[in-house]
Amino acid sequence: MTKAPDLDRQLAEVEAEIDRMRRLSRDQSLSLDGEISTLETRAEELRHTIYSNPTPWHIVQLARHPQRPRLTDYVASLFTDAIELHGDRLFRDDPAMFAALARFEGQPVVVIGHNKGKDTKENIARTFGMPYPEGYRKALRVMKLAEKFSVPVLAFVDTPGAFPGDAAEERGQAEAIARNIEEMSRLRVPVLVVITGEGGSGGALAIAVGDRVLMLQYAVYTVISPEGCAAILWHDATRAAEAAAALRLTANDLRDLGVADDVLPEPFGGAHRDPDAVFTSVRDALRRHLGELRQVPAPELVNRRYAKFRRLGVLQEMGAATG
Amino acid sequence: MLNWLRRPKYGSLQRREMPAGIWAKCPRCANLIYRKELERNLRVCPKCNYHHRLSAEERLSITLDEDGFTEFDAGLTSTDPLRFTGYPEKLEEAKQKTGQPEAVLWGEGTVDGWRLVVAALDFYFMGGSMGSAVGEKVARAAEYAHEQHFPLVVFSASGGARMQEGVLSLMQLAKTSAAVGRLHDGGAPYVSVMCDPTTGGVTASFAFLGDIIIAEPGALIGFAGRRVIEQTIRRKLPDDFQTAEFCLQKGLVDMVVPRAEMRRTLATLLAFFGGPRIVPPAPELAPAVSQGAETG
Repeated sequence: MTKAPDLDRQLAEVEAEIDRMRRLSRDQSLSLDGEISTLETRAEELRHTIYSNPTPWHIVQLARHPQRPRLTDYVASLFTDAIELHGDRLFRDDPAMFAALARFEGQPVVVIGHNKGKDTKENIARTFGMPYPEGYRKALRVMKLAEKFSVPVLAFVDTPGAFPGDAAEERGQAEAIARNIEEMSRLRVPVLVVITGEGGSGGALAIAVGDRVLMLQYAVYTVISPEGCAAILWHDATRAAEAAAALRLTANDLRDLGVADDVLPEPFGGAHRDPDAVFTSVRDALRRHLGELRQVPAPELVNRRYAKFRRLGVLQEMGAATG
Repeated sequence: MLNWLRRPKYGSLQRREMPAGIWAKCPRCANLIYRKELERNLRVCPKCNYHHRLSAEERLSITLDEDGFTEFDAGLTSTDPLRFTGYPEKLEEAKQKTGQPEAVLWGEGTVDGWRLVVAALDFYFMGGSMGSAVGEKVARAAEYAHEQHFPLVVFSASGGARMQEGVLSLMQLAKTSAAVGRLHDGGAPYVSVMCDPTTGGVTASFAFLGDIIIAEPGALIGFAGRRVIEQTIRRKLPDDFQTAEFCLQKGLVDMVVPRAEMRRTLATLLAFFGGPRIVPPAPELAPAVSQGAETG
């Protein structure tokens, strides 16, 4: 069997060749349709082989895919009567974080989520879905509204992480994240989290302390990016594929580790191949989990959520040592 | 003043960082300092005021009353849940180097007779990184303080979450912050002391959730690393960026307290909270205002 990196290289070569043929046919008015079509078939075969058995690193790339459905797509297809709310009332409105009042199948809910852009221009405006402290504070403000109005919180996670900038640090990035985590852990309404793409460390967790944490099949959730991990461990960011495997960051890994409660299947080749199928599976999952959580009284809900995160981790008691 | 200069309970302060010998070299100002003088000065350089990093044991020994500390969960340690390359070796090496099973100590003790629950992270143990065991111990400390209604004091010194435990380390942010949330709900006071360095996941959880936040002079405190920030904003950052003093100016911490004044400051805070006290006040600590203890 051909190894994953070899398949990746072959695919990259075929894609480059397709590009070259296209340019050639355009610039020199040559008809290369037959050749291009053959190469595209070959590329599709390679993709098929890769996605039949994707490595953790392939899954990272699917999670980051530029055509992957964005928060705005989920909002448009899953909710009605969405009223977007802006600002943290303290500093400014952070476009990397979305917050809204909306209806899910007729029922009022609060929706929050990381807001990646669809193109470069949008991404720059939204700092690639990496919030500033004011983004987290906006999310918290609106989650507190959910608590006040007794409606569930639905959080959509898709971020490389919290924005690493001097202004973000000065305004208390760490404090904002810590505060959100603490407050979410005791919010007296159901909190459902869906990790749709990248779950990047503390910047993701700041809106991901939920009663249920659902993950799309090709979403990832990790304490550090594979590149960052490889750079620290081996002083070599190009060993990211190795780090991706070591970090156990795929949805199936997270379910095994007890962090994800449910893994939602994606179409072959990733969510962007058939977004409607993904929206349907997310809608079904939200309906099911929300229905269960609505039955639980608030104090019990908070206790269970506390217990859920309290037990995560693996420990060992060394017999001999005493104080 | 005896109380300030008492013999450390956990053995000697002369370990690590310091080359052996009568003289020690300050890593910041490069001056040679008479080792005994440095120790008398709580490992603060008398020339440049550099606060040398302390192990968790050392921290507790200079902070708590003598013989007043009971450690809990002393044998609790992380394992290797992900079978992460090289992690068991690193853990073992850290255990050998520090003589501790993990990067945090917690227990019950007193400061000037005031009872408290205390935890101290140890930067010498894998950079004070927070894996399952560190998160568990900090959470247990918060839960115990909540149940006993004792004040909680946590000394942080950590590079952040422990990468080798992957997302389970990230979950310790949730575990510890949730436990601090219960403590807050119950009304027991929580003082967070940030020592050099306090960064990453530890700042984004319990360290920044103190009712009162104290920083040691010169301590590096921040969420993202300097290099990552410089690459992102494509500018050089000023030298004082993410220092304790910078954080004070930006309103992120309540105060910067020199090591020589830490015990007195904590005693004053604990007296303010009015929790249980088990020994009569040491005369030299009351009233709890400056009595001429020179800072380094």
